[in-house]
Amino acid sequence: MITLTHYLVLSGILFSIGLVGVMKRKNLLMLFFSTEILLNAVNVGFAAVSKYYGDLSGQMFAFFIIAVAASEVAVGLGLLVLWYKKTGSTDLDSIQMMKG
Amino acid sequence: MEKYLYIALFAPLVGSLVTAFFAQFPKTLFTGIFTSTLIFISFVSSMILLNYVDMDTIVHVEMMDWISAGNLSIPFGFVVDQVSVIMMVTVTLVSTVVHVYSIGYMDHDKSFNRFFSYLSAFVFSMMILVMSDNFVGLFIGWEGVGLCSWLLIGFWYHKHSASWAANEAFIMNRIADLGMLMGLFLIYWQIGSLQYDIVFANIVNLAPTTVTWIGIFLFIGAMGKSAQFPLHTWLADAMEGPTPVSALIHAATMVTAGVYLVVRASEIYVLIPEVGMFIASLGAFVAVFAASMALVNRDLKRIIAYSTLSQLGYMFVAAGLGAYWIALFHLMTHAFFKSLLFLGAGNVMHAMDDELDIKKMGGLYSAMKPTAILMSIASVALAGIYPFAGFFSKDKILEVAFNDGSYLLWFALFIGAGLTAFYSFRLVMLVFFGEKVHEKLGFHPHEAKPFVIYALTPLALLAIVAGFFEHSFHEFTTQLLSNYEFTLEHSVGMILIFATSAIAISGIAFAVFKYKRGGFSENIENWGIYKLLSNQYYIPKLYEVAIMKPFTALSKFIWLEVDMRIVDSTVDMIAKVIYGTGEKARKMQSGNLSSMLRWMVVGIIVLLVLAIFYRPMV
Amino acid sequence: MFEAIAFYTFSILTIIMFGIVVFTKNALYAMSALAGGMIFISGFFFLLGAEFLGVVQIIVYSGAIMAIYAFGMMFFDTTRDVKENIHSKKVLYALSIISAVLIVIILSAPIYSANIESLYPVGISQNYSENPGNVQDVGIVLFIKYLVPFELAAIMLLVAMISGIVLVSKRMEMNLTEEDNHEEKGEII
Repeated sequence: MITLTHYLVLSGILFSIGLVGVMKRKNLLMLFFSTEILLNAVNVGFAAVSKYYGDLSGQMFAFFIIAVAASEVAVGLGLLVLWYKKTGSTDLDSIQMMKG
Repeated sequence: MEKYLYIALFAPLVGSLVTAFFAQFPKTLFTGIFTSTLIFISFVSSMILLNYVDMDTIVHVEMMDWISAGNLSIPFGFVVDQVSVIMMVTVTLVSTVVHVYSIGYMDHDKSFNRFFSYLSAFVFSMMILVMSDNFVGLFIGWEGVGLCSWLLIGFWYHKHSASWAANEAFIMNRIADLGMLMGLFLIYWQIGSLQYDIVFANIVNLAPTTVTWIGIFLFIGAMGKSAQFPLHTWLADAMEGPTPVSALIHAATMVTAGVYLVVRASEIYVLIPEVGMFIASLGAFVAVFAASMALVNRDLKRIIAYSTLSQLGYMFVAAGLGAYWIALFHLMTHAFFKSLLFLGAGNVMHAMDDELDIKKMGGLYSAMKPTAILMSIASVALAGIYPFAGFFSKDKILEVAFNDGSYLLWFALFIGAGLTAFYSFRLVMLVFFGEKVHEKLGFHPHEAKPFVIYALTPLALLAIVAGFFEHSFHEFTTQLLSNYEFTLEHSVGMILIFATSAIAISGIAFAVFKYKRGGFSENIENWGIYKLLSNQYYIPKLYEVAIMKPFTALSKFIWLEVDMRIVDSTVDMIAKVIYGTGEKARKMQSGNLSSMLRWMVVGIIVLLVLAIFYRPMV
Repeated sequence: MFEAIAFYTFSILTIIMFGIVVFTKNALYAMSALAGGMIFISGFFFLLGAEFLGVVQIIVYSGAIMAIYAFGMMFFDTTRDVKENIHSKKVLYALSIISAVLIVIILSAPIYSANIESLYPVGISQNYSENPGNVQDVGIVLFIKYLVPFELAAIMLLVAMISGIVLVSKRMEMNLTEEDNHEEKGEII
């Protein structure tokens, strides 16, 4: 019998994979992929909770997260292209402008 | 009538505030006249109220809510009843005279305007003190007069001795105020209100021990303000202030606030005769104690200050024995003749270029006739010679002591009366008569301006005739205060009066006789008792050795060891830790997004750990 | 039984796919694996009875988002391996393991659900139609209770779309690759 805990643990594992990606990846494109993983992991969790509590709010949240992810990709990729055009690199280490 | 109440109360405040704007400017005669006028208006309003108040008509107003928290409700309420109206009239009358006098006295002072601002502020505080209808208002006025007293004693703040005396007075009063505050807390705790009428209505229901404690605590406050032993040293030192201040604050009004408190709280003290007995005994002790110090002192103002102390002792005897109206009566007459004495002394000081040593004066009568007459009147009144005011009030106190069966107290007061007569006339003789010592020392005394003398005449007049109002005063105040029943036979009373008058007259005669012949010989100063008295029983020295020095050492120890080593270094350490953390954490801000993301993950981990270990109570 | 088999299969597949995304050096592989992972995730949604969400997941993620990534990757040199110099790997793995363990511990702990009441219960559309289904439920909740957020999300998507276009199309003729004589990329644009 698959319980809520199964889904949540799966969600946690996926989220951790996303975190590893976020930390490990230096290529900005890959970083975007990792964030997609994070968002998806959370979506699974939301859908599972929604099912086991019989409440549609979880699905609604997952729905809005997808919308946010789509917007993020559109804007983020636009910025990334612009940055690549400017510097010829998508490497994270090439961005050091935030140094205080 | 409420109109007059507000005028009487707020006219001094208006004067003080308006004058305060001119404090920085050089002398403007306007400030003196303006404040004097306002105080006079206040006095007139008080007189109108005095005529108005009788058995059924007590003016009681509630201006506004002041503190209202939980069960505590303290309004800004004022009451004009038989007791407070007497105080109001006394205070405003003396204040008016002192204000007018000060225009002349402070003529050459560059802080002329500031002086009048303070003086009017003092009158306002004193009015709050006497008019308030609750203990908290009384306490506010109490602290207000303390503050103004501090400002005025230290008026010449550039003089070290003046600022020292101001601080001494303030700190001693602080100690006593703690006692008073505890009394107030106790009242509020036991009764739940601080309104006079509610407190007095409920005080009988309390346990006798509690009432005793309340009485003791309130009396500690009164002891500080009225400079009773052992908190008396500040009053003599307070003479550093300008002389009008000494006349107004340290003779006529503020120091009598303690007596006023006991009279006001008479319904409490009626229930606890033991405490009353203690008050009376202390008063009798101070009466003799202070008078003995006045015998040998050479400082013009200090002699009068000790005399004030002594007379305050008389008042406390009356109040302690339950003769509240007599205490109040003596308070009033004393205010008149003692302020007159002080103001006369001020004239003498001016004439002698602020010289205070009476041994350097002598023979001033020819130069300043009016002042000499005024001061003699005041001294006679102080000594208690018929028909001057002091006779009526002081004799009554002696009668009370005798009537009460406390013959020891009576005897002390009896001796005190003789001493009083002696030192008053020692003063008068040394200053105005005898050999003209001052001529050798190169002084050129001159009489004060005429308007100053005219300002003093009402006081002189009252010092002579106030005693004849005894009967109406008695009728008036006993409408509120409990009456005191004399059980003495008339003949005994007469004998007492004659005995007291006799000792007073003999004291005067002795002084006149002795000092006409050039006074005592010099070697009296080597007598042990003379040294003891002139060093004020070594009490200031004792305080210095026993309290001030250990306290200074303790403070220094705490400063160096506790404050610098522990408190300061803790604060420094906190600052250093934060500074060091910042210095180290600065490296986090490398600008590299990747490492920032790692830090973000570290933050997530911290939050997760918190989420595991922190469980809100469900 | 069927559910368990499906769950574990999808779980393993998803984890493998995402693992590839995170660890591969080739950007194309990563993208393909991500697209695959997205589809498997939608499988969970179907298992959980959230058909509408599953469909949206496939359409939006696997369709739209991946398509955008695919187009975006055309700007970059994707045939080369991605070079990343990762410093202090120990810290990285330590952090990863700790966070993974913590998250799993928290999520596998017993959940206190006694006080939870569903605000918008499944089957809400029973009041409205005879054949209730997930799509009807979602529609009712979304367009009644969540109407304002929904409209805001629509506006947000519009803004994102416009900004994406504006950002990428700005000064297109002066792009850096042209200066570097990588002309084929300029032509693709």
